[in-house]
Amino acid sequence: MSTQMNTPIHQSVWRAPELSMRWWPVFLRNLLVWRKLAIPSLVGNIAEPLMWLVAFGYGMGALVGKVSVDGTPVPYILFLASGSICMSAMQAASFEALYSAFSRMHVQKTWDGIMNAPVNLDDIVLAEMLWAAFKALFTVTAILGVMLALGISYSPKLLVAWPVLLGVGITFSCIALIFNALAKGYDFFTYYFTLFLTPMMFLSGIFFPLEQLPVVVRTISSWLPLTNAVELVRPLFMDQWPTHVLRHVLVLVVYTVAGFWIALALTRKRFRG
Amino acid sequence: MSESILSVQHLVKRYGDATVVSDMSFEIAPGECLGVIGPNGAGKTTTIRMCLGLTVPDEGLVTAFGLHMPRDALAIKAQLGVVSQFDTLDPDFSCAENLLVYGRYFGLRDAQIRERVPALLQFASLTHKANAKPGELSGGMKRRLSLARALVNNPRLLLLDEPTTGLDPQARHLMWERLQLLLAEGKSILLTTHFMDEAERLCNRLLVVDHGKKIAEGAPRDLIAQYLEPDVVEVFGAGALALADSPLKALAARTEVSGETVFFYTLDAKPLLQALAAYPQLRTLHRPANLEDLFLKLTGRQIREEA
Repeated sequence: MSTQMNTPIHQSVWRAPELSMRWWPVFLRNLLVWRKLAIPSLVGNIAEPLMWLVAFGYGMGALVGKVSVDGTPVPYILFLASGSICMSAMQAASFEALYSAFSRMHVQKTWDGIMNAPVNLDDIVLAEMLWAAFKALFTVTAILGVMLALGISYSPKLLVAWPVLLGVGITFSCIALIFNALAKGYDFFTYYFTLFLTPMMFLSGIFFPLEQLPVVVRTISSWLPLTNAVELVRPLFMDQWPTHVLRHVLVLVVYTVAGFWIALALTRKRFRG
Repeated sequence: MSESILSVQHLVKRYGDATVVSDMSFEIAPGECLGVIGPNGAGKTTTIRMCLGLTVPDEGLVTAFGLHMPRDALAIKAQLGVVSQFDTLDPDFSCAENLLVYGRYFGLRDAQIRERVPALLQFASLTHKANAKPGELSGGMKRRLSLARALVNNPRLLLLDEPTTGLDPQARHLMWERLQLLLAEGKSILLTTHFMDEAERLCNRLLVVDHGKKIAEGAPRDLIAQYLEPDVVEVFGAGALALADSPLKALAARTEVSGETVFFYTLDAKPLLQALAAYPQLRTLHRPANLEDLFLKLTGRQIREEA
């Protein structure tokens, strides 16, 4: 047989994602592990955001009183709650798509084991992305429950906020998977949290309104994913519909699609031995 | 050729300037166990990765069950069982859960897998450990669980990358027994190993590879007959090395020195052993030539710096 015709073609890592329903058993695998640890992980996931909310919301809230959102005065605790729940979605998704995904990918070699079965890498990355988003949704749901119990908001539009927050989880898990693909060890993720996520928390209108920031900072802020998430979620907490919905959704979609594509390409590169 | 269950033709893999696999070709017939032996860094694992479509070769072709890699990778893997060099068991799951979760990756239904789990655990002698996690298992148990996991889809061909490395003799013998059972069932096996007794016991045919190239191929006994004299006399002790250049040399077909030991390879050991009786202070060992001799003859006695 001639070898000429059989020369293999090196496919670009940037080719379109090749996705199928084979992501589902991988997602189920993560779900089964998590089910064993769900209660302790629940405490860990929601205790910290709730402490921030209660300490800052009621403590600072007493000092600040009301905050103006597009001309509407709202109690500070409501202002903070509607922003910090976006932050919680971001952090839950990021944590899972970095530390936990890295453990499975690099430390435990779980992905290598899965790829010996008929599941390709693209489906594993998709499963990890959706899994991190699911973790974000779970965290957000628990926090929403506590917020309802505290009577922070009874807006019926919270039902809409819920899927929006799932979307926020998806966006941030896609972005985080880029850094997962590049990581050599856990230390790398500290940079991502301290240099990217933490500054973004302060520039996205979670703790204070953006109006008091310089114009340059506000312009940068308006393109950050977290700002756009907060702009969508906050009005829903106030029983209002958000404005410029299309713009905010579009920004999040661009981050999501670009993030997933880059994450997939870099992960393919990592595994292309 | 149409008979073969796995066919590898003219595989080449380069990393930068280094060619790690060079013009590698072999086939596996149904029911056959093919062993690949070679020093560390010889290209064994890279070859297996190319068979799995995980590494894309620079040249060459892999076909299995009449399907082409990597185009039909998923269809091929559906009929493969893989035990990789390092265990990839899920540490958070029990043995039974490891099998269940892995079976799902093959698209098997839970009911189907649950039906198979008891037999798989029994095969791996792990029935009593069904609810134990991998962290609670010994090295041999973990490897057997990996083997059981590789069998969850009832594969036609098993790719085993050093399945007994790091195991004690008891665990190794149990693994061999299990692999022999699988061969008796008609499964095919591609096995890489550093253990010559393992290769000799299990494999119908062997490939000796070094520096990415196939340097010999054949049945174990045939290879020994082809490359080596049938008898070996090892001599060691004070003054042994001097014998390598003594008139005794004429009594052997070939002489090798390694460390403090002289190896005489000969067609007839009798005259040599009689001559050695004059050196009672030396210790001698007379034995038939084996695969290890073959391996060392073909790949050299030097420790590999990169290993």
